[in-house]
Formats: sequence, C-alpha cells, structure tokens
Amino acid sequence: MSGTAGITSFGAYIPRLRLNRASIAAAHKWAMPNLRGMAKGERSMCNWDEDAITMAVEASRDCLTGRDRGALEGIFFASTTLPFLDRQNAGVIGAALNLEHGIASLDVAGSQRAGTSALIAALRGAGDGETLVAAADARKARPASASEMQFGHGAAAVTVGRDRPVAVLRAHHTVTTDFVDHFRGEGEEFDYGWEERWVREEGYGKIVPQAIKALLDKAGVAGGDVAHFVMPCSLKGIPERTAKLFGVAPEAVADTMAESCGDTGAAHALLMLSAALEKAKPGDLILVVAFGQGADAILLEATEALADLPARHGVAGALAAGRREDDYMKFLSFQDNIRLDWGMRGETDNKTALSTEYRKKDMVTGFSGGRCTVCGTVQFPRTHYCVNPNCQALDTQEPYSFADSPARVMSFTADWLSYNPSPPFYYGQVQFETGGRVLMGFTDTEAGQLEVGSPLKMMFRIKDYDRDRGYRRYFWKAAPASPGKEA
Amino acid sequence: MARGIRDKVAIIGMGCSKFGERWDAGAEDLMVEAFNEALADAGIEKSQIEAAWFGTAFDRVHVGASALPLSTTLRLSNIPVSRVENMCATGTEALRGAAYAVASGACDIAMALGVEKLKDTGYGGLPAGSRGPLPDLWVPNGSAPGNFAQLATAYSAKHGVSAKDLKEAIGHVSWKSHQNGARNEKAHLRKAVPMETILNAPMIAEPLGLFDCCGVSDGSACAIVTTPEIARSLGKTDMVTIKALQLCLSDGVESGFNTWDGSHFATTRVAAKKAYDEAGVKNPREELSMIEVHDCFSVTELVTMEDLHISPEGGAVKDVMDGFYDADGGVPCQIDGGLKCFGHPIGASGLRMVYEVYLQLLGRAGERQLKNATLGLTHNLGGAPHANVSAVAIMGRYA
Repeated sequence: MSGTAGITSFGAYIPRLRLNRASIAAAHKWAMPNLRGMAKGERSMCNWDEDAITMAVEASRDCLTGRDRGALEGIFFASTTLPFLDRQNAGVIGAALNLEHGIASLDVAGSQRAGTSALIAALRGAGDGETLVAAADARKARPASASEMQFGHGAAAVTVGRDRPVAVLRAHHTVTTDFVDHFRGEGEEFDYGWEERWVREEGYGKIVPQAIKALLDKAGVAGGDVAHFVMPCSLKGIPERTAKLFGVAPEAVADTMAESCGDTGAAHALLMLSAALEKAKPGDLILVVAFGQGADAILLEATEALADLPARHGVAGALAAGRREDDYMKFLSFQDNIRLDWGMRGETDNKTALSTEYRKKDMVTGFSGGRCTVCGTVQFPRTHYCVNPNCQALDTQEPYSFADSPARVMSFTADWLSYNPSPPFYYGQVQFETGGRVLMGFTDTEAGQLEVGSPLKMMFRIKDYDRDRGYRRYFWKAAPASPGKEA
Repeated sequence: MARGIRDKVAIIGMGCSKFGERWDAGAEDLMVEAFNEALADAGIEKSQIEAAWFGTAFDRVHVGASALPLSTTLRLSNIPVSRVENMCATGTEALRGAAYAVASGACDIAMALGVEKLKDTGYGGLPAGSRGPLPDLWVPNGSAPGNFAQLATAYSAKHGVSAKDLKEAIGHVSWKSHQNGARNEKAHLRKAVPMETILNAPMIAEPLGLFDCCGVSDGSACAIVTTPEIARSLGKTDMVTIKALQLCLSDGVESGFNTWDGSHFATTRVAAKKAYDEAGVKNPREELSMIEVHDCFSVTELVTMEDLHISPEGGAVKDVMDGFYDADGGVPCQIDGGLKCFGHPIGASGLRMVYEVYLQLLGRAGERQLKNATLGLTHNLGGAPHANVSAVAIMGRYA
C-alpha cells in the first residue's frame, strides 16, 4: 500500500422536489399555529418513486463521474431508512452501478451518524483499491411534527482510497454513549423524541465537544486552523456555538442547508462534507462531526488533487436543480402518510418473480442491453438475434449499458388513464444517441416540459411497489436533462 | 409466391350481437346471440359445422382459458374447436383459422366466433394487470390510449402538422363515426356528437380526449364459411368471398432499432400491400367501395389511411378534413360506426368488421346501405404502434 488514506472523489443527490415549508404550516394552521415559526425556506422531498437506494445510486453516479469503476473493491451504504431490513441494500446499489463482481458490500444503519461511521470504517480499512461510501435517508415524519419541517431527503457518496486523494485523513475519533435523544423502534414509521432543551445541553452541549476535543488533540491541530466546520444539526445556532467553543472562525461554520434542503439524516454529514469539498482549497482542514448515540469526528485535509476532479453535479448542482412544491397533500401521499382512492386500476398485483429478476438483473437493475459485435447495433433488451433487420446475427451481442447514454424523446404522452402515484403518467419512446430505443416511463417531468427531441437523462427509480408483500422493484426512467420551470 | 386464398372461401352466414354495456348478458348469451343469427343466415344445421375457431383476448376477465367455453355453450358435439388469441386482432385470427381450414379442404364448413365480455371488471377501459414476469420488471405501466397517443406527437413532428390541426383532424374522425353509428341499431354508442364536444372532452392520454377513444363493449360476432362450390350446392346465388386475408406482425424493429419514426404502422403497410396483391387490387383508393378499420383511437384511424396506401403519406389530415372517408366520401370508412361507436369487444371486433362488409356487399345494411358496394376491406390491429399484430382482409362479391 502506498500513500495516505483519504477521500478520492465525492458526489451528491438531492431530490428535485422542494416542499415549501409555508405549505406545511398552512395545512396545520388550524391545530398547530406555532409551526409558522419554523416555516422558512424549503425542504427536499422524494418523488413517489425515490427512496434511500435510488438516491444513493444517483449520488454514487455523481461521485463516480469520470472514474474507473473497476478500481472499486467495496460499497458501504449508510441509512436509517433502508428499504429492506433483510436484503443487502448496498447490493442493489452495486447492481445498479454494475459494480457487482467480487465486490464487498455492507449496510450500515441504526444511527444518525451511520454515514460518518461508514466513512471511518472505509478510511481505516483503505487498501490499494477504492471503497464507495454512500449515505442516504428518506425519513418519514409525523404530520405536524417539528421533524416534518426539519427533515429533508438526500444522499451523498464518497470514494475512499490511497490513490491521489482529494482530502487525506488527519485523524478521527468516536465517542459512543447510549444517549437516546430520539428513537425509532422496530415496525415504527416515525421517530419519538425527548425534550429539545435536554438534547441541546446534554447531547450537543457535552458529547459533541468531547469528540471534537479528542480529535483535535490527536491531530495536534487548533480549532482556529479549521477552514470548514461540518456539523449537521437541526437545532438553530448549535453548530456556531460548538465551533466557538474551539475557536473555529464563524465563517468556517458550514451551512447546514436547513433552509434549502433540510436535514437528510444519516446522509447529512457526507452531504455537507461534499459541499465543503466543492469549495475547499488545497491545505484546507475540514472537520466533520456527526451526533447520534455519541459522536463521530473526522479531520481531513484537502489536497492539490481537488483541481483534477472532473466537473460534477454536486451539492451546488443539486440545490440549483430544485423545483418548489407547494402541494402538501402531494407530499403526504408520496410519503404514504395518506392513502388516496386511486380506483381499481391501482389495485394491480405487483408481485415480482424473483427468479426472473435475478436472471435479468443486469438488464433491469444495471440497464444493460446489447451491442452486436457483427454490425455494431446497440439495442435493448439484449436478445439472441440482432434487431438490425439487415443483420439478425445470432448470439453476437455483448453487454452495453444505457445508464449514462444521452437520449432524446421520440414520442410521448401524458396518460391520465393508467394508475400512477403522480398523474398523469408521462411515458414514451426514448431514442438513445448511441442507437437503441426503449419505451420508458418519465419521471421528474411537468406539463409542457417534453417535446419530440427533448434531451433526456437516465435515472434509477422505483418502478412498482408490491404493498401486499413489502417488496419494491426498480428500473430506470428518463428525466428531462435540463431542469424544469418553477411551478 | 403462393397463390393465396382469393375466392377459395365463401362467407355463407354471419351474425353479430348487439354491442354495448350488456349488463344483461354474459359471454355465453352474447355467443348464442351471434351464432343463432349466423346459423339462420347460412341456412344450415349446426351439425354441418365441422370445425370452429374461438377468438377471445381477455379470457381471464370472462370465460377463462381454452375453446371449451365455445364448444360447451353451443354444444358443438366433439368437433375440433381451437381457441385463438392475437390481442385486438383476435377476431380476424379466428376467421383466418376457419378460412384456411376450408381453403385447404380439411373441412367443408367451418365457423369463426369472437366474443368479449369486458364489462364485468368494475372499471372503464381495458383490463389492467400483469404482462408477464419480465415485462412487469421494465415495461412502463401505460394504457392503450397512452400507447396510441404517441402516434400523434410523432406524426405531428414528422409532417409538421400543428397540435391544433391534428386535434381537429382526429376530432373529425370521431365526429364522422358518431354520425354513422347513430344509424346502426346494434351499435354501442348511437348519438351524433358536435365537434365542439369532441374537441373539449376530458383528456385521457394527451392529445386523445374521451371522444378520441373507442367504446369498451361487450359483444360477439360469428362467421360461417365454406367453399364457393359448396355454397352454390347449398343454394347460395348471391355470394361474398374472401379476396385476401393477410396478417403481419412486428419483429421488434420498431421498438428496438433506429429506423421507425413512431408515426405509422410498419406492419399495416406490409399487410395491406400483400392483401392488395392477393386480391388483385391495383388502386385501392379507386377500387375499394368501403373500409372498416381498427379505430381504437381516432389517431390510429388517421394514420392507417396512409398505411393502407389510400391517402398519400402526410395526406391523411387533408383527406379526413375533405370528408373523403365520410359516409358520402370517396371511400366511406366505419359506415357502421367503427370501434368508436359500434364498440370494441376485443375478440369480436375483427369479425364485426367483416359482418358490416358482408351486409354492405349483399345490400342488407338498411338505412346506412352504400351504393354499389362491391369490394370492402377490413383492418384489425392488436398491440401498440411500436409492436403490433396487423390483419387486413378484403371481401368482395363473387362473380
């Protein structure tokens, strides 16, 4: 092994929909008029077809922009909202990224610091290859709770390795203590939390400083040397107060994105870290601290390699791509906090044949089609006989991934008859510029946004929920390549 | 090249139930209604039928699998009966089985019967459900109108037709069928509808509004066929024969290769050409007396006028707006109301089209009778524009 362990790349994903907090307050005004005090800005919310897995896939794709995926040896996925309790969630992400063969995988859960704990584990275990650390959360909140205002949905991903890191590890320290500021028990949809004043003083006020002090002592660094102080916290003023304790300059305190995105749970420390890396200059010290039954503290130093990373969407791109959503009922429905009457068409049994899904995993999860080695025709799905009528060669196709291929609308409709949790259902023929076409569902699409020829990008999304069995199946959808208009 | 079956098969009896929301009737009632009419028309005994083909598409919402629902309902005693299914082209597929049996000499008299009882699902439109374990994993959960609506965006883009002009043209398609359907007592929808209502109807799948979509109906239709020689021996003098019967399926090129533009039916173009060759039709626009096409949606009918090589490519909008396909136009289309108004009980539709051509050729179409009807075409389509089953049949008077 050579070189110091560190972060070699980073990426982010925030769902495009941003719920206007004023719409939450307005809905609850009759019962909880005081919520108005929290109704500033927007919080990110998943579309109906997004969850922690799909967001992690998008953040990972952003992180892997221009990188050789062959170097990846492992994938760690951190979340407190894992779609599956028993099915390796990291494995789904790996399959979607076509990372599967010989790769190690691990789901990390159970705490708001799952993201930083996964990062520390990857840094500690860094070998010659790279580990992808993805973190995502799509926490549900009880209607009219403070959490409903504070939470956001989002994801971040970093790769960890020793080859040209953009930020090297200087030190890390973890405090573990069973401080239950909130919890979510087995089978529960929502968190249950204790008094905020207690959490503020006994938790953030004592446990977090303990971790930071030990970290700075280990590294032999003074708080004043920290250029980026990354501390997720929904409670106002706490990061500033904590920074001040250690002499960290006020301008070094990173934006918690409270007003633009909300707290993305286990993803938030890595999301804020990604934002810091987007701004960091070589030599900058970045301190990351995440609270949750103790605290993880990590000190990183940015390097010259930052300048060599290819451009990415990143946090800045994700924040800029938001579309304001004023419809609180849509949010409730997407969260499954209310069940609308979708009619009998919504009753379809979406049982998945797991053996089919496994047999066709690279096609469905990896969006892999075929390229005929005789005539070069790119096609989906990959079949025995080439689709080119002038070729039709037998068994000549090699795998070809459509996930990152530019594409355009060939034909489309807005279908009001089919069941779709966000009607109308936009779908149509998608023509790939490399050749090949696929009849696909569109997502993140509004009226008037599509035309024949509109550029599209591919996104990994939930295709159907099987509510009878608690399963969900994923496939790729097309989304307009350029963000839409404000609602 | 094979000689085909031109004039080898005569239709000696046809029947068609009343189409519509037949809350009073199950599939067995509809079958009997169509069959009894056909049998009486043929003037034969049931025992003279030597083989039967049974067409139904959504068996899971009514009769269930196999041909037993037909053989037991009609008490067809120990003869071969086959169930056929080829999506919405099922009706023509049933006729194809019976016609081939007669043309080959395998039997003297054969029967085709199509039926669909769709109105026991509890909701409007075609039944939704699994399309098989692999398609369920990746094919979008679209609807029939959603699939066909895409013709409109692609057609507009290809021919530079504005959305407004296209909407008016497809509106005229439906307006004309409502005019015609009002004069057909067996039709599901029997009301003429003003253009303004058609154009402003609620959206189903953009740009298709409610009146751009055909009725979802219960119904059955039946044909009894034999050879012209046997028909003559049975005393038939005024006779309708099959001039052509062609079927063409997509091979995946439209949906998977890069050449199809989404604005037309590649299959129909081929099936129509082959049918004209088989029937000896040189100029369909001049020679065809009438056509019954698969107007599941108004835009389907519009582009089909080109795919049948009657309107020039890009010329369907003009022909439609000129009234060329109206009841008093050059080639009347859907004189019985079409799928739009006669209705669309899937497995029966192909045979229902043949029923109308048969009546017109024999001069038995009552108040909607066309003058000098000598040659009629039916076009029966299953699937979606990007992957489909297209059947074209031509019937004419037997000289």
